[in-house]
Amino acid sequence: MMELVCPAGTPAAMRAAVEAGAHAVYCGFADETNARNFPGLNFSTEEMASGIAGAHARGAKVLVALNTFPRAGGEELWHRRLADAEAAGADAVILADMGLLAHAAEHHPRMRRHLSVQAAAANPDAINFYAEAFGVQRVVLPRVLTVDEIAAINREIDVETEVFVFGGLCVMAEGRCSLSSYATGKSPNMNGVCSPASHVAYAEEGQDLAARLGGFTIHRTPKNQPAPYPTLCKGCFSSGDQTGHVFEDPVSLDAKHLIPALAKAGVTALKIEGRQRSRAYVGEVVRTFRAAVEAVAAGRPMPEGALARLSEGQAATAGAYAKTWR
Amino acid sequence: MDLTVGPNQFFWTAAQVRDFYESVAKAPVARVVLGELICSKRMSFWTDQIPGAVEVLQRAGKDVAISTLALITLKRERKQTADLLDMGLPIEVNDISALQQIPAGTPFWVGPLVNVYNEGTLRWLAKRGATRICLPPEMPLASIATMVKAGAEVGVAVEVWGHGRLPLAISGRCYHARLHDRAKDNCQFVCGEDADGREVDTLDGQPFLAVNGVQTLSASTACMAWHTEALAAAGVASLRLSPQTGHFADLCQGYADRIAGQISAGDLVAQLLPEAPGGRFSDGFLMGPSGADWSHPIEAA
Repeated sequence: MMELVCPAGTPAAMRAAVEAGAHAVYCGFADETNARNFPGLNFSTEEMASGIAGAHARGAKVLVALNTFPRAGGEELWHRRLADAEAAGADAVILADMGLLAHAAEHHPRMRRHLSVQAAAANPDAINFYAEAFGVQRVVLPRVLTVDEIAAINREIDVETEVFVFGGLCVMAEGRCSLSSYATGKSPNMNGVCSPASHVAYAEEGQDLAARLGGFTIHRTPKNQPAPYPTLCKGCFSSGDQTGHVFEDPVSLDAKHLIPALAKAGVTALKIEGRQRSRAYVGEVVRTFRAAVEAVAAGRPMPEGALARLSEGQAATAGAYAKTWR
Repeated sequence: MDLTVGPNQFFWTAAQVRDFYESVAKAPVARVVLGELICSKRMSFWTDQIPGAVEVLQRAGKDVAISTLALITLKRERKQTADLLDMGLPIEVNDISALQQIPAGTPFWVGPLVNVYNEGTLRWLAKRGATRICLPPEMPLASIATMVKAGAEVGVAVEVWGHGRLPLAISGRCYHARLHDRAKDNCQFVCGEDADGREVDTLDGQPFLAVNGVQTLSASTACMAWHTEALAAAGVASLRLSPQTGHFADLCQGYADRIAGQISAGDLVAQLLPEAPGGRFSDGFLMGPSGADWSHPIEAA
């Protein structure tokens, strides 16, 4: 059966994911060492140890994300978190930075190393490089590849691949985007945040609600309509005579129906995005996907189930996997 | 501290490219990185100019390196990357997968689109053969100083983004094609219509970003005119000047004069602003609080 890797932003979400049938959960420490460094999210050292023990007791693995790029002069914190993860019994760490990968390979050789999507390894050369240089055993693929491209990659590499099947979508190559930093000074790579709430301001202006990030207007919506969160690359802008979603429509990924194709393409694990989501959301999505991977493994037809209302902006896409913008 | 001309980010005609490097050959810069950085589909239109440009630049005494693409995905692109090695020039790696093609022991440079944020990564790359590293543009001054020190210990020259629209993101998706309602495979090379990028404003008319095919840039032009002393004091080896259409040789001369102390920051800013794509400067990545900020708004007005 394909491994279902599920988000755990909090100890409660971790329990919900494991109870709903997650084969593995991923999580991070409550600081800038992981790419979901949001207020109220993530685990203290003690919570990590007890969370891992609880997940292990129910047969689920725990993957610890240390997937930001350590600050010059501040690497010690990331190194300490690697040691903390190993001491807590993590089944693997998810890393993006070459220096941190080298450190983990040297000082924690027995801990499995997964390559984070933040490293954006999008071709076999990149994956083989990380595998040979740092002993990476699994690669989380960027969300820019078609199913055929994933199959072709798997033919040229010896490590496992993990792909996103549900949740938010980055339209830029992950880990290679400083748009948020340009607008707010806070970046995914350096601070583990994108379009941070601390820099969001809403203003009622005439019939509109304007949503701004770092002072830049990202959306204007009529006051009586739901206003999306101002994630920078999902914003509405103008260029020349065009006005609209210049970078990406406010949709989220739902590749449930592609699970059989992804299995055939040699994918080992399926990842659900959403460490910032509630445990109710996590539970419902995980249950639906667990039923789907069970069905695929047993050769049964995919169970129908409506996750649309859980999707961002209530609109879902198969994303790059069935690329229409190529 | 000297000057490096980075690879052109935009899609220019072969004639523009030829004229550009002929003028750069006469400019007071120490080295030039050239090659297609953004889109492999552009290559057949202009890369036959590269050997001639390399010859002109080397004859003028410049160090020359050839850049990889920033995002290598297709098989053809992997092959093109391997072929770069045959040119006999140092490779500037702008996609880490290129390292898989460079034999161990062969020296290489690392461009600003590779994530080198800390000493550990710098040291690892140095051991692999890196001799020059241009840091990611979003790094603040304190981090730059730390990286310069780490570089000095292992023989790596550290370079920083000096001038030009900031490369903020790269995508599998082509925004120029999207803005023209075309698929990427049928883009009809519309990015060539915007030789310094196509501006993207907010719905309130604030200049914000610029698109350049699969790349997203800042609308503002980053300008380190006010910080040459601080960067030199931090030990930075070189400032990277990114090609733009307006008066580029004069821009190189301006920065050379600034480093030599022959012109004030204010005078350099006043000289460069009329030719800056977007007509506004930023230096916020270096000094904060955010990348779009400009430390001297009065001079910019």
